[in-house]
Amino acid sequence: MAPSGKRRNHPTKTPVADVSKITGPHAGDAAGRRNFFVEAMALVCGGLATLTPVAAGVWMFLDPLRRRSEAATFLPVTELKSVPDDGVPRQFAVVTDRIDAWTGFAAEPIGAVYLRRKKGSDEVEALSATCPHAGCFVQIDPEEKCFRCPCHSSRFTVDGQMVAPSPSPRAMDGLACRVDNNGGVAVKWQNFYTGIAEKVAKP
Amino acid sequence: MSTTGVNEKEHGFRKGPLSQLADFFDNRTGYRALIHEALFERVPGGARWRYVWGSTLVFAFMTQLITGLVLWSSYSAGAQSAWESVYYIQHEMAGGWLLRGIHHVMAQAMVVLLALHLMQVVIDGAYRAPREVNFWLGLVLMMLVLGMALTGYLLPWDQKGYWSTRVATNLASLVPIFGPSIQQLVVGGPDYGHHTLTRFFAIHAGFLPAALVTMLVVHLSLFRKHGLCARKPLAKPDAMFWPDQVLKDAVVCLVVMAVVLGVILWPALQAMLDGQPIITGSLGAELGAPADPSQPYAAARPEWYFLFLFQFLKVFEGMGATGEFFGAIVVPSLVMGVMFLMPIIGRWNLGHRLNIVFTCSLLAGVGLLTAMALHEDYCARWIDPVSLADVPALLEKTGGDKSKIAASFGNDASLIAAFEKRRKKWDAFRHSLAFLEASSQAKHDAERAIELAGRPERIPPAGALELVRRDALSQGPRLFAQHCGSCHAHVDPTASGADAQYAKASAANLFGFGGNAWIGGLLDPQQVAGPAYFGNTAHKDGDMVNFVTEDLTDRDVWTLEDIKAVEVAMSQEAGRADGLHRSDAQATVQLIEKGRSLIADTERCGACHAFRENGTALGTAPELNGWGSREWLVGIITDPTHERFYGASNDRMPSFGKTQEGSAPMLSREQIDLLADWLRGQWYRSGQAVP
Repeated sequence: MAPSGKRRNHPTKTPVADVSKITGPHAGDAAGRRNFFVEAMALVCGGLATLTPVAAGVWMFLDPLRRRSEAATFLPVTELKSVPDDGVPRQFAVVTDRIDAWTGFAAEPIGAVYLRRKKGSDEVEALSATCPHAGCFVQIDPEEKCFRCPCHSSRFTVDGQMVAPSPSPRAMDGLACRVDNNGGVAVKWQNFYTGIAEKVAKP
Repeated sequence: MSTTGVNEKEHGFRKGPLSQLADFFDNRTGYRALIHEALFERVPGGARWRYVWGSTLVFAFMTQLITGLVLWSSYSAGAQSAWESVYYIQHEMAGGWLLRGIHHVMAQAMVVLLALHLMQVVIDGAYRAPREVNFWLGLVLMMLVLGMALTGYLLPWDQKGYWSTRVATNLASLVPIFGPSIQQLVVGGPDYGHHTLTRFFAIHAGFLPAALVTMLVVHLSLFRKHGLCARKPLAKPDAMFWPDQVLKDAVVCLVVMAVVLGVILWPALQAMLDGQPIITGSLGAELGAPADPSQPYAAARPEWYFLFLFQFLKVFEGMGATGEFFGAIVVPSLVMGVMFLMPIIGRWNLGHRLNIVFTCSLLAGVGLLTAMALHEDYCARWIDPVSLADVPALLEKTGGDKSKIAASFGNDASLIAAFEKRRKKWDAFRHSLAFLEASSQAKHDAERAIELAGRPERIPPAGALELVRRDALSQGPRLFAQHCGSCHAHVDPTASGADAQYAKASAANLFGFGGNAWIGGLLDPQQVAGPAYFGNTAHKDGDMVNFVTEDLTDRDVWTLEDIKAVEVAMSQEAGRADGLHRSDAQATVQLIEKGRSLIADTERCGACHAFRENGTALGTAPELNGWGSREWLVGIITDPTHERFYGASNDRMPSFGKTQEGSAPMLSREQIDLLADWLRGQWYRSGQAVP
């Protein structure tokens, strides 16, 4: 690969000057101070320049932390006569207006509850269908007359108590429920943290 | 004279233009030395098959990069567009199924290759000095790959990905102190939605690959710096990486690719052998029904390589919150911790052996847990329920009461223990059966969603979930089960077990309502007072039952042809969308006209029923104009106590659509429409115009 005589050979590396010469005429402490100053300024300038996009990025990335769910309110779920007083839980969808970032949904199913009425009672008990173990959708096992989670097999009695041994750390989450004078059943819809022994509502 | 004539003249040899160009670039970049350095790495002891795993992982990652970038070019991360865009890739774009299939299956292959690479490194002691840092980098790379696998699962925004991700992100909230914040950051807010997808996508296709590429560059350059960790004793003389080892690497990469293609194309081959048409959209990666937070998904399982973690959570049952914290956070962290310490532990010989034993038992444990998870889900396929039939029988008899069960075994402890064992097996069978049923339902839902998405009208802007929610075939059975099923049966009378379903019902069987067969049964003296019609209702001894059992059997008044004519005319009123009313070849115009006049006749049906202009007042019996039509069904579901229907003699059926005292009706108009359409068999079918 002999280069032609007319062509210049491009060196791959620029020869580096002797470092000791760069410091020039300055010598001793003064040079050391100046060097420290230059290094510090280089780090500060470069650091500030880089930190700006990083900080802006972190600021926006953390935005979800200040988002809160709608304050828990009573949402109409059904009519009293749709909950027969036979002690058997029935599943109902919880429907409300929902906002997902920029999209607004009118009357959208956001979750499900189990409602149950004891014989001769006008009071309705409500249980969230979300498993307190890991958040799957708990289902009714009509044959065994109990709740069963399809994921990790947690089981609960019809009133939501744990059937031991259970992977779940607590009983199903009860929700406040009220029946108005017209027979409308409303449930205070809330999400709870899963996997812990206490029932703690999500913000 | 050639253009290189000058060179030729000066040097006495001819140099081609390509060579000159290569010289030009080498002169300015030194690429020849770089390539030389990359390819001519010394492989002590010669090329060996056991050294291929690192290269296959790089190859797998490159495959994911190529297929992933092209998938990206057609994917849209949003709650109303993710499923839709993946549907379009999988079912409509040329080669979309293949590209997505390769991406999906190669991701799984990558996990297997990771395990093999790790095993090889540990067994060969390749983590020992000076390679500790590179081993740690490898572990970080492994976690990055697993992170990409986890985040990729959600992106189609189907039921499976949605519910599995809910579990995974809920577990993240168990991390001490920062757990809830981590969860909220990953989910993109307090609830799952657009930002869950945009974040998972950014993590899957941006953050993690960028980190992976960076780490991989360092991993590879450190590998080169230290040289290959050869297996001693050296079997053969040293060789060069190129071409000896590269050939072996390339062969295994090709085998990996062949296996991936084989997994994708296997169902196509089977279909071909069976003489079935090949549907390319069903090959490769699955696409479930669109994610629906209000619709339970009982078949939620993580991808198979995470099944061991899923199963591990069950191991801690009965330990409450501590158990879950242990299973999801503590034990996995400890395992990773031990792996990070391997280079330190492996400094002395016994430690190295310990590391090998630890890795092998870890993989064995993972294998065992995976097998357990699969067994629990699929055991119903090989357990014979008949052999366990005594268990549910005894449970039913005793109501599950422990002391009663004990008493039935004469309080014999060994018999009780044997029963408990069988009871557990019965439980496992039922759990598995529920899973298998949920899986087949999920498959069904997915196929329906895909069929709907392929309508000529396409998917509305509100997304495919809207299509499913407005589909009578998808929603009808659910609405029926919830609101009608506690009284009415909906079962094919010719199906096995139909009688058992009637026994539970307290109102008519509505299967095929309005079709010839249904009316035929209503007009049959043997059936009208049976459980499929009025048998379990207050109308059991009513006028209609009397009419059918007495008047209709009088052949002087009602000939068999008359009854047939009424049946045909009635089914014409209903005009079922699925053509059940057209199933009868005798439905001639004359017969229909005859039937109509018989129905209108005030001496016959018209004595009670209003039909055409027969002058019979409403209120005694349901109006037969448009009987069983959509409008008629919507009307009776809305308010059966209306004078057009049962009026005051309505038997227990609620007025589902009536607003009462300011409260909302039990069913919305839309829900009633869906029910009516489903009962009449009116829903979209691909390849057919909407009737």
